[in-house]
Amino acid sequence: MTRRERAAVATLILKRLLMAVPSLIGVVIVTFLLTRALPGDPAAYFAGPAASKEAVEEVRVKLGLDKSLPEQFVRYVRDLARGDLGTSLTTGQPVVSEIRTRLPASAELTLLGLIVSMGVAVPLGILAATRPGSLIDHACRVVATAGVSLPVFFTGLILVYVFYYLLGWAPAPLGRLDIFFSAPPPVTGFYLMDSLIAGNGELFLASLNQLVLPALTLGIFSLAPIARMTRASMLAVLSSDFVRTARASGLSPFTITVTYAFRNAMLPVVTTLGMVFSFLLGANVLVEKVFAWPGIGSFAVEALIASDFAPVQGFVLTMAVMYVALNLMIDVLYGLIDPRVRIDA
Amino acid sequence: MTAVPALAVEDLSVEFRTRSGVVKALEHVSFAVGKGETLAIVGESGSGKSVTAYALMGILDPAGRITAGRAVLGGLDLISASASQLADVRGREIAMIFQNPRTALNPIRPVGRQIADVLMRHGNVPRVEAPARAVDLLRAVGITDPARRAKAYPFEMSGGMCQRVMIAIALAARPALLIADEPTTGLDVTTQAVIMDIIAELAGESGMATIFITHDLALAGQRADRVVVMHAGHVVENAATRALIARPSHPYTAELIAATPDSAASLDALASIPGSLPDLRRADLPPCRYSERCPRKVERCDAPLPRPALAEHFVACWNPL
Repeated sequence: MTRRERAAVATLILKRLLMAVPSLIGVVIVTFLLTRALPGDPAAYFAGPAASKEAVEEVRVKLGLDKSLPEQFVRYVRDLARGDLGTSLTTGQPVVSEIRTRLPASAELTLLGLIVSMGVAVPLGILAATRPGSLIDHACRVVATAGVSLPVFFTGLILVYVFYYLLGWAPAPLGRLDIFFSAPPPVTGFYLMDSLIAGNGELFLASLNQLVLPALTLGIFSLAPIARMTRASMLAVLSSDFVRTARASGLSPFTITVTYAFRNAMLPVVTTLGMVFSFLLGANVLVEKVFAWPGIGSFAVEALIASDFAPVQGFVLTMAVMYVALNLMIDVLYGLIDPRVRIDA
Repeated sequence: MTAVPALAVEDLSVEFRTRSGVVKALEHVSFAVGKGETLAIVGESGSGKSVTAYALMGILDPAGRITAGRAVLGGLDLISASASQLADVRGREIAMIFQNPRTALNPIRPVGRQIADVLMRHGNVPRVEAPARAVDLLRAVGITDPARRAKAYPFEMSGGMCQRVMIAIALAARPALLIADEPTTGLDVTTQAVIMDIIAELAGESGMATIFITHDLALAGQRADRVVVMHAGHVVENAATRALIARPSHPYTAELIAATPDSAASLDALASIPGSLPDLRRADLPPCRYSERCPRKVERCDAPLPRPALAEHFVACWNPL
């Protein structure tokens, strides 16, 4: 990349960051309104079924729910600015610290699942596209369809049954670490990285052991969109004029497939990866339940059931920020892959 | 023509299997091109010009199949050659440039790198020298400031500039034969002339044979030593350019010449050829695929055509002009 192009990428990042500001403001307003619109009266819920009317009112005042909506909003934004997302009414913990431990748990699991999935789906999609109608093409279709048709809790349970119960290869599906271990000192919040930073190989293996089955479960589920998108995008590029030129120039099949075709086919694949990642991050509640994973999805669902609005607000806001960050990353990746995007910025 | 032609094509037949039937795209196509000679293949869209080129290059669509024929280039039959033999020949002995140069180049790879890729594959050029050699090639095809242009992407260049890059890629390994498939389609007229001059000049320097595919008979008349006229997958006439233009023998060639504008005749005087190409999926295709459009059809036209021998002036017609 030339200096001019590096500057273009930097401009692109800055522009996208600025463009994210309005969407974030929108998210703050919408989450606030949405959580107020939740059915049920949090004050009544937390005062308990036996509480008198006065007790309920007392709780309401304590939570600030007696104030008008605009007043509540101003207070909410002021707290947000201080990095305070409120306190969970069920656990009594500040929402920020809950999210700080649970988001990395989900992110670590999702990332690993996605890496597993990519490692299988991308080569499979490429092979299927280079040999349309062949055995591997059909295999790609079957694997992808099977992966997406099996509900994740089902795949998860089967994996637990086979690898934990029958074979005994995997540890009990009880969260991020076996009870004999204690968590590494938090740096990134990813146990795999933190244990390496702490230089604790045993701990690294232990957390990897816990991760394998849930990551596989997620990986199997996300095979389909990645494999199909890779295949479709490769097919389109392989029939394009410049691949014909490369063939006519006698370039080796490897150069044609990887350097010429795949790099051009990567843009839609990257988009799909981003979508799958953000979808899985918030939506893998079922996997988290099966493996007792202390992730952010199950946290949000529990809070929602309990009408605990502060964690729900915090969750939605966090996910929105993640989406914005992810889209930014995708845009930057685009710029790195495709020079035309760099110049347009 | 020299004694041993650079490329001799004999009896080449190609079929495409499609959902709606087998398309007999080429039948008994024969022609030869000598070293340093320029051969034009002329015909309307769908006449099989490009299919001929793709078959020779071994880059036919997967649905296409060569059912018969030989194409001998430097002692090697391209049709029966193994995949690895062909891979070595492609780009090294026989190279091709395409129409629409903008889409024919990899959009996300600097053009210098694309030339270097071919050099490293064929030219026995070490990795470290390839970029400099690529710049030399860009200079040879008349690109100004080639060192800076080598770092540019195709979308940063004009169509004519991209076609020069294509020529540089095609000529990187100094091939014995260059196939130019409508190389000037989509370029403006002045650029067309420049591109044709570059090809002719570089071909002249190295004694390279050129096959030039076009639907423009006037352009073929100016640039080619010999002209092969194709219609519906058949070679209908094959002759030295001057003889062909002056005394066309096949009725279709005559119609083509009458349909070619020149500065002397007014546009009103231009003739159009009645009818259209026959459907090549038909089972009952007549032996002469022009007979249904032909004003000179006689009874004998239902007999199998004379086979395209490598005659000095070949015409596939029982009732020539």
